[in-house]
Amino acid sequence: MPTTDEIKRRIEAAIPESTAEVEDWTGTGDHLRATVVSPAFAGLSRIAQHRLVYDVFGAEIGGPIHALSLTTRVPEQQA
Amino acid sequence: MSDTNPIRDAIAEAIRDNPTILFMKGTPEAPACGFSARTVAALQALDAPFAAVDILPDPRIRQELSAISNWPTIPQLFFNGELVGGCDIVLEMFESGELAETLGVEQAGDADAVAAPQAGGPAPLGIENRLS
Repeated sequence: MPTTDEIKRRIEAAIPESTAEVEDWTGTGDHLRATVVSPAFAGLSRIAQHRLVYDVFGAEIGGPIHALSLTTRVPEQQA
Repeated sequence: MSDTNPIRDAIAEAIRDNPTILFMKGTPEAPACGFSARTVAALQALDAPFAAVDILPDPRIRQELSAISNWPTIPQLFFNGELVGGCDIVLEMFESGELAETLGVEQAGDADAVAAPQAGGPAPLGIENRLS
């Protein structure tokens, strides 16, 4: 099961200029919550923004990563 | 692929035939997951009529649904054949009023109502019954 640090690192590595905050909701590692901010989200629907993040993990979502709750935003100055 | 895929066909048909349809874990009366429960509560707070499909009876329902929607998690809400989102997006849209707008209903409830789902609601659509 990936750690919150690993999830953060992988999101930030995969999505251009992104910053991710990842927290463990339940303390058990199976309900994670990520807030991701990236200019790459500009102009995309929420669905498309979330897909960019989900795509980082592919089949791990619903598997080793039981649940990853997402909030995505473009940086303030570009919103 | 020449194989027929009755589960995928049944899911596609359900999405096509129901203007608002929620694929969830459990039923609106007895959600089996907190994310599904909160999504149901948002729809019920808007008095939005919706069909519901429990994906738990057969793991292939989830596999085929995600293949159709290109969305990995459950729940998934569709409106007029389009994926609206999962729990995070539906709740964000509920809180901003966009969900009522998208579904064409009045925003009568408030965000607090989501914490207290009401009993009742429309009868769940039992997709597994179509597959036998």
